[in-house]
Amino acid sequence: MSIRIVKHGIADSFQDHGRYGFQHLGINPNGVMDSSATQTANLLVGNNLNAAVIEFHFPASVVLFKQQALIAICGADFNAMVNDIAVPINTPVIIEKNCVLQFKKPIAGSRAYLAVHDGFDLPLWLNSYSTNSKAVAGGFKGRNLMKHDEINFRSVQNYSAALKQKDCEILSWQASTKDFYADKNMIRIVEGSEYDWLNDDAKKIFRSSSFIISNQSDRMGYRLNGENLSLKNTGQLISSGVTKGTIQLLPNGQMIILMADHQTTGGYPKIAHVISADISKLAQLNPNEKIQFNIIQQQEAENILFDQYQKIIQLQNACNFHLKSFFEKYDLH
Amino acid sequence: MYFEKVNHTEKYKISPLGDHALTIVFSDIIDEVINQKMIALFHHLQKQNLSFLKDIIPAYSSVTIVYDVIVVRKNHASAFSFVKKEIENAIMNCDWNINPSPKKIEIPVCYDISLGIDLEEMSQQKNIPVDEIIQLHCNKIYKVYMIGFLPGFAYMGSVDEKIITPRKKQPRIKIHAGSVGIAGEQTGIYPFDSPGGWNIVGQTPFKLFDANRETPVFLEAGDEIKFVPIELDEFKKLKEFL
Repeated sequence: MSIRIVKHGIADSFQDHGRYGFQHLGINPNGVMDSSATQTANLLVGNNLNAAVIEFHFPASVVLFKQQALIAICGADFNAMVNDIAVPINTPVIIEKNCVLQFKKPIAGSRAYLAVHDGFDLPLWLNSYSTNSKAVAGGFKGRNLMKHDEINFRSVQNYSAALKQKDCEILSWQASTKDFYADKNMIRIVEGSEYDWLNDDAKKIFRSSSFIISNQSDRMGYRLNGENLSLKNTGQLISSGVTKGTIQLLPNGQMIILMADHQTTGGYPKIAHVISADISKLAQLNPNEKIQFNIIQQQEAENILFDQYQKIIQLQNACNFHLKSFFEKYDLH
Repeated sequence: MYFEKVNHTEKYKISPLGDHALTIVFSDIIDEVINQKMIALFHHLQKQNLSFLKDIIPAYSSVTIVYDVIVVRKNHASAFSFVKKEIENAIMNCDWNINPSPKKIEIPVCYDISLGIDLEEMSQQKNIPVDEIIQLHCNKIYKVYMIGFLPGFAYMGSVDEKIITPRKKQPRIKIHAGSVGIAGEQTGIYPFDSPGGWNIVGQTPFKLFDANRETPVFLEAGDEIKFVPIELDEFKKLKEFL
C-alpha cells in the first residue's frame, strides 16, 4: 500500500480527463473539474497530462504516505502541509514515507489536485479512471474516498538521497498558472442555439448583470442566482445532447451551468456555453462568488483554447528539462 | 424553431454546441421515422473512423457530436468548420435504411401496487381500472428512442393514449432501481435508485446496468421492448437470483 486515507474529506475522488465514447449509453464523462490544474500537476511530476489525480474539496481528506513519493498539488490553495512543513502549490515536492499530507484552510480556489510521479494504480473502467458515483464504477471503487481506503502507486522509487533526512523536499522550480485564471470572475461564453429565445431585456441582463454561484452547486452543475431571464416564446424543446459548459435556462428563469458530472442529454433551452478554456477558472470559484458573462465568437473560443494548450506544452517542456536533470543527479527514473 | 414541417428528414441543420461539440438537428418533434434515421446516422458515424470524435449522442431527432478541438486545430484553422464539413460529407453517404439489427427483448415487470406505486392514483385520475392500465402498458411493443438522463436510462414510446400521464408535479426524492414509469407518452425504466418525476407503474427485477459487464448498459437506442407481467412471488425470486 502506498497511501492511506486517514480521514476523509467532503467529496474527494479520483478523476482523469474524462470517460468519452459512451455518452450514447447515457454514461456521462465525469473527469476533473479543472483540467488546467490537473495537467499542470501531472506535468510537474513528469506524467502524461491526463493521468489520474485526486480531486480534493475543502474540508479535504488527510493522506498518509506509506512510501516515498514525488508529488505536485495544483489548483486551489488549501494551505497544504506535510507534517509541519507548508508545501506550496504548483511545485514538485518529494515526500518521505510515513508523512501526512493535510489541507489546513481554504486560501484560494475550490478544488485542489494531487498528482504522484507515474500515477496511482487503479483499475481502468471503460477507458478511464474517472469516478462515476452514479454508476458506482471507475476511480476507486466508484465512489468518493473514505477513511481507511488504501491505494498503491503504479511504481515506487527511492528518493532518500534527495530528501536528505527531511520529511519533505520542495524542489526548486514552479509552474506559473496565473494565465489560466486571469480575470477570474469574467466568464467568456459563446451563444447557444436558444440564445435568441431570450427577450431583449433578458439579453441585456444576461450580458451586463452579475450572477451569484448558488450553494446548490456541485460537480454536476453550477446553479446561478440573479435576475430572472424571460423568453420571447416558450416553445417546447425535445431532449438532445448537452455538454460541459452548457448554460441551460430553467423554467423558473434561473440558469444552471453544466459541469463535469453533467447528464448526457437535456431538454431546457441552451442559451449559451462557457468556453472550454474558462471551465478551469469557473471550477475554482466557490458558492457565493459573482460571475459576469462576456460573449465571444466561436473562432475566438477555439483560438483561446489552442493557445492554452500550447502554454501547457511549453510548461511541460520547461518542467521536463528540470525534472530530467534532477532525476539524473539522483539516478532516478 | 428549425423547420415548420419535416417532409424530407435528410434536411438538417448543424449548429455549434459550445466550442467543442455540434448538434445535427433534423426536426423538433418526436417522430418514430425520424428517430430511426437518427439511429441509422449514429451507427453510420460510428463506422467512419473520424480522428476528432469523442462522442456521438443520438437523441429523438438530433445527433450530437463531441469532438477534440486540439486534435483538429493542429492542422486546421477552424475546428468547427472542419468537423462540420466532415460530418456533412459523412451524412451524404449515410444509408438511412440501415438496420442495425435491434435487440428484441422481453422484460419481466411486476405490476403489484406495492411496486407500481402510482397505479392507484392513475386509476382514479383516468377512471380506468388498475388491471386495464397494466394491460394497456404491457400489450405494446415499445421502441427505445434514446438513452439519457442516467447511465442506461432508456426513453421508450409510445404508450397507449389512454394512459398518457404527465410527469408528477412534485418529483420523488427516491425511486427504486428497476422502477418502470410513464411520463407523457414515454415509458422508461430507472437503472439506479434516483430522484424522479415519472409515474411508477411497476418494477423489473432485471439489472439494466451492470458496471462489470463488457457493455454495462442493457438497452440501446433502436431496441424493441415488451413488458411481461409477473407476480410478486416471481419478482422476489428473480430479484434474489439476479
